[in-house]
Amino acid sequence: MALNENEVLEGLAEIVAEETGLDAADVQNDKSFTDDLDIDSLSMMTIVTLAEEKFDVRIPDEDVKNLVTVGDAVQYITKAQA
Amino acid sequence: MTNVVITGLGATTPLGGDVPTTWENALAGKSGVRTLDNDWAETYGMAVNFAGQLMVRPDEVLSRPETKRMDPSAQMAIVATREAWADAGTPEVDPERLGAVVSSGIGGVWTLLSAWDTMKEKGAARVLPLTVPMLMPNSPTAYVSLEITARAGAHAPVSACASGAEAIGMAYEMIQSGRADVVVAGGTEAAIHPLPISSFAAMQALSKRNDDPAGASRPYDVTRDGFVLGEGAGVMVIESEEHAKARGARIYGRLLGMGMTADAHHIAAPDPQGAGQTRAMQFALDCAELTASDIVHVNGHATSTPVGDMIEARGIRSVLGSHADHVLLSATKSMTGHLLGGAGALESVFTVKALQDRKAPPTINVTEPDPELELDLVRDVPRDLPAEGQLAAINNSFGFGGHNVALIFGTA
Repeated sequence: MALNENEVLEGLAEIVAEETGLDAADVQNDKSFTDDLDIDSLSMMTIVTLAEEKFDVRIPDEDVKNLVTVGDAVQYITKAQA
Repeated sequence: MTNVVITGLGATTPLGGDVPTTWENALAGKSGVRTLDNDWAETYGMAVNFAGQLMVRPDEVLSRPETKRMDPSAQMAIVATREAWADAGTPEVDPERLGAVVSSGIGGVWTLLSAWDTMKEKGAARVLPLTVPMLMPNSPTAYVSLEITARAGAHAPVSACASGAEAIGMAYEMIQSGRADVVVAGGTEAAIHPLPISSFAAMQALSKRNDDPAGASRPYDVTRDGFVLGEGAGVMVIESEEHAKARGARIYGRLLGMGMTADAHHIAAPDPQGAGQTRAMQFALDCAELTASDIVHVNGHATSTPVGDMIEARGIRSVLGSHADHVLLSATKSMTGHLLGGAGALESVFTVKALQDRKAPPTINVTEPDPELELDLVRDVPRDLPAEGQLAAINNSFGFGGHNVALIFGTA
């Protein structure tokens, strides 16, 4: 069953919070992973790996560089589920 | 010769989540060994179902992201480092004059084996990107160098159960050679996992006293039947005396000398003559410019194995000669179990505390000492070291592979 964008954001925020120690409420669509959330490339790859499992999607490495903001990732995952 | 002093201590052990608790419980003769609270023995048919498990799990004191990014061996090293660094007064040190030497005997065995479980279960795409930085045996020292911003060098000499002592020896060399003014040094181990337990059991190295875990580690007792696996970390802040005095640091004690040798005898068994162990102790005495009569206390490697304990005891006797009659011998593994790469570091902490308090910690579980033991073993309750004057003590650590390390500590 595919999740909507709000549900994906909620699930992704949980993963990011767990990895970084940030408050899940601070993980919003307009936040940049690197500039706002201070997530380095290894942490980003960890988040992607965990998100792939959680949402049962595949995010190829070459697509990860296009996921600049949380919203980019939410949209990508929502679409990939379909 | 640069005088080298100890200005901070940290530990997380089966006897406590810090040095004061660990030391108090050691002086009280308590055991940190208990039955495993899981079903491994049943699930895997393991011959041993107990160990010296940490009193305070690192995830009770570290943040969630920290526990996710670090193998338990690095987590324990960080817990001990934070205590030691705060204990030393959180000194401000030029990062290029500050070093880290924190070893592990086995490395990130939990991370490695868990990642392999994930891969077999879910496929290669689920292997997390931090797996290698977490499993590498230099991970604890690297995290310690990040924690305190140590740039003079970060090292992790690996020599099985001598690793923690070798790390402290290397810190001594870094200060003697002028590479650093301050070094955070120690050892850590987190190997209470079914595979290492079963491998040690397969070697017949472990005690199988499942019905009496707290009584299983009994160095020098006639009924000793192997070591008890423990986990944890010990860390100390080691500093040139000049640097320590300039910043007004409290000085716990001195690192007076060290000796290191190799047996080149067998991959796991110690040389039955103990020649390498004896040479390590003699080199340490020479390095410290001391003689046998200066030594008042020995914290033995004494793991509770039938063969190893007596080889070491004979070696101590041969190095110290008739003066050995006046030396108090303690085997603290009777209480903590064997922390492998953490052992030499934790026992160094014990040795420094013993000299500071002028009290040798007890050896528990010895109901009938081995008749061949010709040394004064401190049993059940602590015993006083001489109340006056400068004192010195030896801490021995030996590892599979024939590694021998003797460290000599002194009162402040």
